[in-house]
Amino acid sequence: MTDIAIVDYGMGNLRSVSKALEHVAPTASIVVTSDPSVVQKASRVVVPGQGAMPNCMRELTGHGLKDAVLEAARNKPFLGICLGLQMLFDESEEGNVKGLGILPGKVRHFSHDAMIDSDKNKLKIPHMGWNQVHQTTQHALWKGIANDARFYFVHSYYVEPVNSEITAAYTLYPTPFTCAIAKDNIFAVQFHPEKSQLAGLTLLSNFTKWEPHLNR
Amino acid sequence: MGLAKRIIPCLDVNNGRVVKGVNFISLRDAGDPVEIARRYDEQGADELVFLDITASSDNRDLILHIVEEVAAQVFIPLTVGGGVRKVEDVRRLLNAGADKVSVNTSAVLNPQLVADAASHYGSQCIVVAIDAKHVMNDQHSSPRWEVFTHGGRNATGLDAIEWAKKMQTLGAGEILLTSMDRDGTRHGFDLALTHAISDAIDLPVIASGGVGGLDHLVEGILQGHADAVLAASIFHYGQHTIQEAKQYLAKHGIEVRL
Repeated sequence: MTDIAIVDYGMGNLRSVSKALEHVAPTASIVVTSDPSVVQKASRVVVPGQGAMPNCMRELTGHGLKDAVLEAARNKPFLGICLGLQMLFDESEEGNVKGLGILPGKVRHFSHDAMIDSDKNKLKIPHMGWNQVHQTTQHALWKGIANDARFYFVHSYYVEPVNSEITAAYTLYPTPFTCAIAKDNIFAVQFHPEKSQLAGLTLLSNFTKWEPHLNR
Repeated sequence: MGLAKRIIPCLDVNNGRVVKGVNFISLRDAGDPVEIARRYDEQGADELVFLDITASSDNRDLILHIVEEVAAQVFIPLTVGGGVRKVEDVRRLLNAGADKVSVNTSAVLNPQLVADAASHYGSQCIVVAIDAKHVMNDQHSSPRWEVFTHGGRNATGLDAIEWAKKMQTLGAGEILLTSMDRDGTRHGFDLALTHAISDAIDLPVIASGGVGGLDHLVEGILQGHADAVLAASIFHYGQHTIQEAKQYLAKHGIEVRL
C-alpha cells in the first residue's frame, strides 16, 4: 500500500516534492501518481502544483483526478502546496476560474498599487524568496519550527479565506496575507516546504506523522 | 520583517567540474559541483545557480546528472542554465530537479521560447539571463547598455532595459542581470545598470558580475536595488562564507535569512 501519494496532474515539477519527502521519511512508500485509484488507496495525499490556476483546474479535471482530490480532502491527511492551497477555495482572480470550493474564499492577485514597503522601496511581483511565516495557531505541522521562521515563496496570487479561523499563519508582503491554512485533516501552504531547507523538511516530516482527528 | 534579500552562489560548470572564468574567457578549476552545492547549502545559501558552459555537446548530459544528484540532497531552489534551446530542454532540466531554468542566447534568437516555456511550466520557473555591456554614446545622453549573447561574444543591438521589459511581457519570472564590463573583474557590480533595470520592471532582479568583496553585495542591494546578489569567486576560493556575507548584509540593515 502507498503511504503517501503525490498527485501529478501535469502542473510542473514534482520531483523536488518527492525527493524531500523521501529524505524525511526514508522507509515510507512514496509515489508520484496521476492514477485516481492510487490516490484513493493512499493513506496520505500531497497536492503540489505550480503555474497558472486555469491550467491547473483544467488539468486536474482532464486527468480525472478532481474527485480523488476532493475525496482525499474530506477524509485523510492532506497537504496542499502553492496551487494545491489555492485550488481549495471557491474561485481565483487568475483567469477567473472556479476552484474546488472546499473552503469559502477567493484567490487574489497582489495589488500593484500597494507594493511599497515601509522604506518606500518597490516590492516585486512575483513575491519570490524567503519570507517569515508567522504562526497564528498551534498545529502538529508547526512542531519544531520556530515562529517567524523563513520559508521559500514564489507566487503572484494569495488566498483570502472567508473564515479567518482557518488561517494557520500569515506573511507580510507588504500587508499580511494568509500563507497557511488548517482545517480538520487539511493543511495547505502557499510557500514551498520542499525548497525551504530545514524549516521545510521539518514541516514535511511532521506531515508524514500527523494523525488528525477525523470527523467521519 | 519581510522578504529577505537573497545571496546566490553561482557555479559555472564545464565538463562536469565547477570552473571560474575571467571576463568570460580563461577558466580555473574550483571543484566538484555536488560537493560545492552541499557546502553552500550548509552555509545558508538562499538558492544555487548552475550555468553549464560545456562547449561539447557530448558532455551536455553531465549537467542533468549533477542536477539530479544535487536535488536529492539540497532542499533550496536550484536554477540551471546554459545551452537551453527548446521547451524540451526546459522540461529535461525541470525533471532532473531544477526549479528554474535560465535562458539567455536562445531568448534573443527566439523570444517565443520564453513565452512557450512560461505558458507550459509557469513564469516562476523561467529566468531570463541578460548579459549587458555599456555602450558609448556620441551625445551626452543617459547611459545605454546593449544585450550580448553567446557568452558575451555577439552584440545584438538590443537595448538591455527594453529587452528586460519585453521579457517581462513574454512571461519571464525573474531576470539574472550580468554586467559584461564587470564580470570577473572583482570591481563590483555595474550599479547604474542594475538600478536602471530593477526600477524599470516588476520582476525580481539578480545582480551579477564583478563581486570582489562583501561591500559589493551591500551596494548591489542598497544602490543597485537588486532583489538578490550573485557571486562566485569570493565563495569558491574560501575568501568568504555565505554566512559571513549574510551577517555583513544584516549589519548594514539589509534583511537576510540567517
